[in-house]
Amino acid sequence: MAVTLGFDASKAGQGDPQELPALRPGAMAASKSYPASSAQQQLLGFPGELVDQWQIKAIAKLGELVQRSRALKVALDACVKCGACTDKCQFFLGSGDPKNMPAARQELLRKVYRRYFTWAGKHMPWLVGAEDLTEATLDEWYIYFHQCSQCRRCAVACPFGIDTAEVSMAAREIMDSIGKGQRYCNEIIGKVLTIGNNLGLKKHALAATLEGLEEEIKEETGVDVKLPLDVEGADILLVAPSADFFAEPHIASLIGYGKVLHEAGLSWTFSSHASEAGNFGMFIGSSENMQRVLERVGDAVRALKVKRLVVGECGHAWRVAYNFWNTLAGPYETLDPAYPIPQHICELTYDLWRAGKLRFDKSKNDHIRLTYHDSCNPARASRIGPDPGSQFEIPRALLRATCNHFYDMAPGTIRENTFCCGGGGGLLTDELMEVRLRGAQPRMRALRDVADEHGVTHMAMICAICKAQFTTVLPQFGFESDGVVGVHQMISNAIVLTGSVQAQEYEARLASAGNGDVAAGGKR
Amino acid sequence: MAYQVGDVVAEADEEGYLQDISLWSEELAQAIAKSENVELSPEHWEVINFLRSYYAEYQIAPAVRILLKEMKKSFGPEKGDQKYLYSLFPYGPAKQACKIAGLPKPTGCI
Repeated sequence: MAVTLGFDASKAGQGDPQELPALRPGAMAASKSYPASSAQQQLLGFPGELVDQWQIKAIAKLGELVQRSRALKVALDACVKCGACTDKCQFFLGSGDPKNMPAARQELLRKVYRRYFTWAGKHMPWLVGAEDLTEATLDEWYIYFHQCSQCRRCAVACPFGIDTAEVSMAAREIMDSIGKGQRYCNEIIGKVLTIGNNLGLKKHALAATLEGLEEEIKEETGVDVKLPLDVEGADILLVAPSADFFAEPHIASLIGYGKVLHEAGLSWTFSSHASEAGNFGMFIGSSENMQRVLERVGDAVRALKVKRLVVGECGHAWRVAYNFWNTLAGPYETLDPAYPIPQHICELTYDLWRAGKLRFDKSKNDHIRLTYHDSCNPARASRIGPDPGSQFEIPRALLRATCNHFYDMAPGTIRENTFCCGGGGGLLTDELMEVRLRGAQPRMRALRDVADEHGVTHMAMICAICKAQFTTVLPQFGFESDGVVGVHQMISNAIVLTGSVQAQEYEARLASAGNGDVAAGGKR
Repeated sequence: MAYQVGDVVAEADEEGYLQDISLWSEELAQAIAKSENVELSPEHWEVINFLRSYYAEYQIAPAVRILLKEMKKSFGPEKGDQKYLYSLFPYGPAKQACKIAGLPKPTGCI
């Protein structure tokens, strides 16, 4: 439901994406996530309610986390408040609330850390800004650590490399451990643990959905493209975010995966047991829950005896997959080490295209003038493909190969400097709509610039959260909601399937053009 | 919050989704619709009834794409249309129609 609370998106969507806002202290204090229920908490192994002596337990947990994670200890010790991160957070740029400045957000935890874990803070708290953990502070933790999308844009700017994402994950972990969890994340993790995916899609619903989509592809192309489920002995297990089975425009990319794998003649399958790439365990900083979610992937690899593991278009899933799948869910004895474990679907498609195994008819996307939104997790927390920076190049190469009109947004707003969509990290919930709209503002301004300058109509991306967030907020900023597309949706539009009605028409056009312009848009 | 129909009080969450979906009845649907400022016509009931039968089979709301396809098949092409569904349920078929039909709110990256 669009609750805008005095935020005029149509006006806010104009201007310099990186413009420093006027300070509005406390402006976002009323934007608060719904709390997890007792049952939702307990399913994840957390107390159902705020525990007795929660201060003591929270401080003990903080001590445990600092012991366990050197990164967190450095993050809490090293900040000199130089201000380099101040104007990097999209939630600060959009809201002007000083507690959304990354250093100030971290300070909410750091002031408590100093009080209990540093000599100066223990003995002279007034001198070093150390403070007791009070109910008011806990409340601020809950509010402002759920206004951080863990996107790391501030970490790129920090001379020490302090990562607010680590700090906000730790804060959420502490809060969960004393019974103060967030409903959106914890309800969803519970669904993965009990049903197998964020949405709660059971096997027969998945099967019916895939069957319906196969019919659609057949109607569109005349080709029998299969979307297999639970096929033991398939070569590739494709794990996609469950939104790809359900939401728009996500489903269009799922159709794209199917077409690519079909055209390349690869043997593959989805798994109903591991029907979720996403892993909100990371958002709440809980490695235990992250591992529980991941075990399903390991189970499916072993049960289906696949040789390759491929991940669909999901930003944070890829961050988890790239960094943790091998250590937390591996080793996977059946997988072929000749391929990356796991591999991003974009890299797989890119390699097939480079090898000449896919043909694209770019003219099928001529109605689209396109830009690309780098999702924060592939951009700043992982890599796609073999080379540094190839996570930026591979999706763009695929888009340029499938669309004649591609225009990047301003340099300070893309690649490693990309803005979060405003809905990442567990914020994609309706009660945080004002946070989401304000967080989206810088990206919307950058999009407005290329829309005005180059007539851009569509923005492509490889993240289920980004797709859902932008589909919701774009209309508020005066864009069409169907201007959001997946990279494999663009591929799906352009791919020329052997034996399809599109292939007949394409080949006829090729012949009559005498190998001219049309061929240039096809195979490399 | 809660809805009341006769002497049945049905608790709802902050956004108006029923806490106990087994309490749903046509009268309760009317009450939910009223609080959403939606007046239920026979066209609304076509959507609500499909949502409920789909939920009974799959324990989840249908994807919008499936809803559109089924509406088209059962009631004609003009009703298998996103804009048409939004004209019935201004806050969206996925969320508002599900709420009135007594389905739980879909969760995830949607």
